[in-house]
Amino acid sequence: MTFLTHSLFMAQRHLRNLSRQPWWIVISLVQPVVWLLLYGQLFKRVVELPGFNASSYVSFVTPGVVIMSALFAGGWNGMGVLMDLNQGVMDRLLVSPINRAAIIAGRIISMSAVCLIQSLILIGLGYVTGARFAGGLAGIFILLASAILLAAPFAALSDALALLVRRQESVIGASNFILMPLTFLSPVFMAKNVMPDWIRAVSRYNPVNWSVEAARSALGPTPDWRFVLVRIGCLLVFALLCAALATRAFRAYQRSA
Amino acid sequence: MIDSLPVSNTAPRAGDGGAAPAIEARDLVKTYGGKVRALDGLSFTVEAGAIFALLGPNGAGKSTTVKILNTLSRPDSGSARVGGFDVFGEPEQVRRAIGCVAQKSGVDPEATGRENLTLQARIYGLGGHALKDRVAQLLDRFTLTEAADMVARSYSGGMQRKLDIAMGLVHHPRVLFLDEPTTGLDPEARADLWDDISRLAGEEGITVLLTTHYLEEADQLAGRLAIVDRGRLVVEGTPDQLKGELFGDAIHMEFLQPEAEGRVRAALNGLADIRELVVAGQSLRARADQGATAVPGMLTALEAQGLKVASVTVARPSLDDVYLRYAGRSFAEADQVSQKGAR
Repeated sequence: MTFLTHSLFMAQRHLRNLSRQPWWIVISLVQPVVWLLLYGQLFKRVVELPGFNASSYVSFVTPGVVIMSALFAGGWNGMGVLMDLNQGVMDRLLVSPINRAAIIAGRIISMSAVCLIQSLILIGLGYVTGARFAGGLAGIFILLASAILLAAPFAALSDALALLVRRQESVIGASNFILMPLTFLSPVFMAKNVMPDWIRAVSRYNPVNWSVEAARSALGPTPDWRFVLVRIGCLLVFALLCAALATRAFRAYQRSA
Repeated sequence: MIDSLPVSNTAPRAGDGGAAPAIEARDLVKTYGGKVRALDGLSFTVEAGAIFALLGPNGAGKSTTVKILNTLSRPDSGSARVGGFDVFGEPEQVRRAIGCVAQKSGVDPEATGRENLTLQARIYGLGGHALKDRVAQLLDRFTLTEAADMVARSYSGGMQRKLDIAMGLVHHPRVLFLDEPTTGLDPEARADLWDDISRLAGEEGITVLLTTHYLEEADQLAGRLAIVDRGRLVVEGTPDQLKGELFGDAIHMEFLQPEAEGRVRAALNGLADIRELVVAGQSLRARADQGATAVPGMLTALEAQGLKVASVTVARPSLDDVYLRYAGRSFAEADQVSQKGAR
């Protein structure tokens, strides 16, 4: 019970502070918008590759970019933890009886809300540039869910990293070194059938892949719901594991404080 | 509603009766990275309702002590009880019993003063009217009502510190930790805050553990104080007791140039009423029952050996002298050394 109420208090704090600088939501959208517009145009004819199995690249890449944008939103979450550490806010929270897991959960909830807004903007932009989704609203719902379920565990990992290393460079470095390769080792930009064999093999274990595959299947004309649910389930388990890990990071922080 | 926080219902208010001490630290040892020994067997006891100061230079281990007592950090060994609870066995209860004002402010700069206080109150289980009333009361108490709805980033250093203290008090803690509360404040804001802190102990009857590296702050505020140096407690007592242990006046001389300790000692050897002579580089410290009558004799003896004195001061005992006596070095010196060490 305290976990839930405390998580909401924390989420409320983050969203309120964010609402004082709403331009931030737009600024962090610049990169995915560039990906969407540039890739959408540049690789238009990629769908003609034998085995690509998609009628329009914009329709193919839009869910990919939504998920990639969520992945990065999650991966950068630790920067907020660093701010709280530097400003002494984290220590103030830790000497209070606040639920430890709620400190992480509050960040994940507010990040998810931002992610949702950004995803809807990206989907709208995709639609304007010609993307069409046969799966309709149910498909879009699964896309949003799989984007947020991917962002959440990476947010938890990023928060844990921030608590453990407490250095901006490390969080920035780790985010870049991990998030970019994960994106390219997944079908965000390229259909699985035309990937090199080794990338296809590796991508089986890549959460980004689970998220993209679930969303694309649900957005397609004939969604395979079993296929979708298995991937959503994997994401859920991964998210819970990462959240547990992040909460444990507070103990390590206490030892070194 | 305010007073029905879980702790007051379920827990014995061991810190209140006067029988059990509010804070008990025993043999605390803490090393960082296996090398730097921040605490080296520190022990002390604070009676309920007292203002107790830990006084020491930067790096003496004061902040580390506070972090251990407020559950933020764990020592390598030792034990501690705060508000009647075991800090390591019952951290939840300790957290409900204490308020903390860290050296580094814990104010969220993007939130207003009122929002900061409200969130803090909610964490401790306050809600509804009780919450609104308590927040308004604290804003008023620390003269922040006018700035209540401005983001804390726009506050002056003194205002931010006041908000910090108000946040530490929101749940009526029994023990309040104030870690270097006036560091970085201008003299006016500092005097202002001193007033607030002394009123606190009187009105709310809470126990305050204050750390400071300002001698006059400990002298002004604390009923008892302990001097901490290099992770150890050097001496403990009331400010008057400690000053009373130093008989006579403090004499401080500056030479024109650094002089060898041996030469100075030899020169002053014949003077019977000079005690506790310390020579370090260009400065000389000593003690005499009557400073004014001892100085001419000292000057003559030094001049006779060709030791040129640039300045002389004679002072009644201060806490600085207490520090010098027990830590074996002057306070400012220790502070500088540890600051260099920190860099």
